[in-house]
Amino acid sequence: MKSKQKGVRYAKWGYLFILPFFISFFIFSFIPLVDTIRYSFYEYYRSGIKEIGPTFIGMANYVSLLKSDLLKYAANTLILWIIGFIPQIVIALMLAQWFVDVRTKIRAQQFFKVVIYLPNLIMASAFAMLFFTLFSTNGPINSILMSIGLVSTPIDFMGSVAGTRSLVGFMNFLMWFGNTTIMLMAAIMGISPDIFEASELDGCTGMQRFFYITLPMIRPILAYTLITSIIGGLQMFDVPQILTNGQGTPDRTSFTLIMFLNSHLKSRNYGMAGSLSVYLFIVSGILCFFVYRMTNDTDPDGSKAAAKRQKKLNKKN
Amino acid sequence: MKKKAVSMLLAAAVTVGMFAGCGQTDGGKTADTASTDNAADSQEKDAADANAEDAADAGAENAAGGEEGKIINVYCWNTEFSERVQAIYPEVKETSADGTVTTLNDGTEIHWIINPNQDGVYQQKLDEALLNQATASADDKVDIFLSETDYVTKYTDADADVAMPLTDLGIDPETDLADQYDFTRVTASDKNGVQRGSTWQCCPGLLVYRRDIAKDVFGTDDPAEVGEKVKDWNVLKETAQELKDKGYYTFASYADTFRLYGNSISQPWVSPGETTLKIDQKIMDWITDSKEWLDAEYFNKTVKGQWNDDWNKAMGSESKVFAFLFPAWGIDFTLSPNWDGDMGAWAVTNPPQEYNWGGSYIHACTGTDNVEHVKDIILAMTASKDNLLSISQKYSDFTNTKTGMPEAAADDATFASEFLGGQNPFKYFEPVANNIQIAPLSAYDQGCVELIQSSFSDYFQGKVDFDKAKANFETAIRERYPDITEIQWPE
Repeated sequence: MKSKQKGVRYAKWGYLFILPFFISFFIFSFIPLVDTIRYSFYEYYRSGIKEIGPTFIGMANYVSLLKSDLLKYAANTLILWIIGFIPQIVIALMLAQWFVDVRTKIRAQQFFKVVIYLPNLIMASAFAMLFFTLFSTNGPINSILMSIGLVSTPIDFMGSVAGTRSLVGFMNFLMWFGNTTIMLMAAIMGISPDIFEASELDGCTGMQRFFYITLPMIRPILAYTLITSIIGGLQMFDVPQILTNGQGTPDRTSFTLIMFLNSHLKSRNYGMAGSLSVYLFIVSGILCFFVYRMTNDTDPDGSKAAAKRQKKLNKKN
Repeated sequence: MKKKAVSMLLAAAVTVGMFAGCGQTDGGKTADTASTDNAADSQEKDAADANAEDAADAGAENAAGGEEGKIINVYCWNTEFSERVQAIYPEVKETSADGTVTTLNDGTEIHWIINPNQDGVYQQKLDEALLNQATASADDKVDIFLSETDYVTKYTDADADVAMPLTDLGIDPETDLADQYDFTRVTASDKNGVQRGSTWQCCPGLLVYRRDIAKDVFGTDDPAEVGEKVKDWNVLKETAQELKDKGYYTFASYADTFRLYGNSISQPWVSPGETTLKIDQKIMDWITDSKEWLDAEYFNKTVKGQWNDDWNKAMGSESKVFAFLFPAWGIDFTLSPNWDGDMGAWAVTNPPQEYNWGGSYIHACTGTDNVEHVKDIILAMTASKDNLLSISQKYSDFTNTKTGMPEAAADDATFASEFLGGQNPFKYFEPVANNIQIAPLSAYDQGCVELIQSSFSDYFQGKVDFDKAKANFETAIRERYPDITEIQWPE
């Protein structure tokens, strides 16, 4: 038993313990992934209850997707995402700043943190259902507006492009601003208090402190939030799907990419849906690459770069 | 060494535990992928054929051995059928509190598997189950499934062979179902004329109107006099103006009139064996008329289509909508639950145009292990005149008996409806039923009907122009049915 082992090697136990994850990843994620890519080159759908294909057709699915309204749906998705993201990041920054700032001394902080996170716990589809009922032409919001005399006829929120889009954006904002706030709070708390103290001694105002210290210091986290949110936004589905009954009404202006994918899955069109997924996969892949680059940044706060610049300057002088 | 063994064991236990947890939910999914993979590999062998062969074998075995399964799985989209079975089928012993399991006298359980019809969900679930029918264990096999007129042809298709011919069950349609309305039997038959389903209902449609509004506008709520006011489209249009002057809407939405046009098309949406979708002139008429009526405010502008909250509210006592176009099931299953006023506020009269809407067909699923039970249920629910008449009495459903319905029409005492204020609706249903010409059906009907309504919804509301709506419809159709190669609009 006692061989010439130099120290105990624990590595294999580590591998053993992560094995379950890799096995389940392989079965439930990797195989479907490879299958999706494979089927994207096939004509494979169901007509009635008869299966058509799979027949190899090369890149035909990709080409016909490009010829369809793919780009329009991508633009819709982007617009819906922006409408939700801008208020989300602004409000989240403000709240994070207030919560963290020692001077504001907000009471019951923990309570507020829970409350702003709560909307995220509701299922998106239930949330959309709720808004659908609230904002329907005969719904409570219209009744309230009419009874206080703001409008004379009911507003057709979901019948107008702006109405539907802003409702979707608003819902996404409500669902995600809590999450972002908590992330930004962590980032702000990670800034060394020395810097804030020093700035105060130098007579820095609150505004200056925010714009010249906080914001630059949390830039990596901000960028991370932005990119993960774009990836999440690419997959926007449940809210517009439920709100517009899967039609992206009016005139398909709130039809997102994943809704497009879903409408192909109605006919079990694995080929077309597969190639659309591959497009999305590539875009998300590129975005992930940026996240990876950022999180693995060896110089996150830019101090090294600054030092280098300083050195250069010194040399020149 | 011992330590090592113990930790190995623990690690193994963790792994096994994880998968045991997944087994219930995800196991099914892997099985699905596996079966599709097999189908992909054996390209020559059509999956449907394979299903049929296996299923036929299973059926033969069952018939020979007389072994009946313990569980009858019924796929349907609402509780309409289960309610009727519980009320009428003599073998029913009890139903669980949540309504999902009905136990029969001999201990066999009926499991009701309900998925909503909207957005094709029901068909997706059913198709999935049908594809796995050959490999499913006896208790998981689909035994009975229901289909609606909109997609009945998809399931009675002879090549797909998912619905058993009734003769294979031991039902002779010529004698056993002779009392059914002929068009229902034609609808449930495949292209060779083999009947593969049977229905308990027949769905002639009527115009259902609010008595109080009729009194207010016409000074009478008598069905015969109101009937004169709505007897055809031209007269109805004048009446609509009359209603509008008093602040009422004739119908709730443009989708309400769709069935009157859509179910009288002269050619199917897609002819058998073709991949061209032809839009009938009748559909174009519906589009022009609906636009005209909506602009004239004969419809309630805030109600967009059917089966949504606004539409349901339009059936309430606060609503200004005068009438709905409904067959018997619509009055019992849709209008009545949404009405919040007193009983007897509604009445029926003749529609502006005779039409048929819906109808649920009962099919025995190929591969069922409960042949005898299924046969018995189909016969009891669709072929027994007494049972059918008692359904009619209980639910005011217009049932599928040619000899029974005239009796019901004549028997005011038994068949008067409380909801309709003591009116006997069968008097009005019966003549419509005799004149129903069922429109030519295709397997694509449900998608076409759903998508034409939703695509042109934007046009009616003035959000897009006519050509854009056409283009949107084409896009949506091609997404839903990738095998459609061409879409033809009438000149």
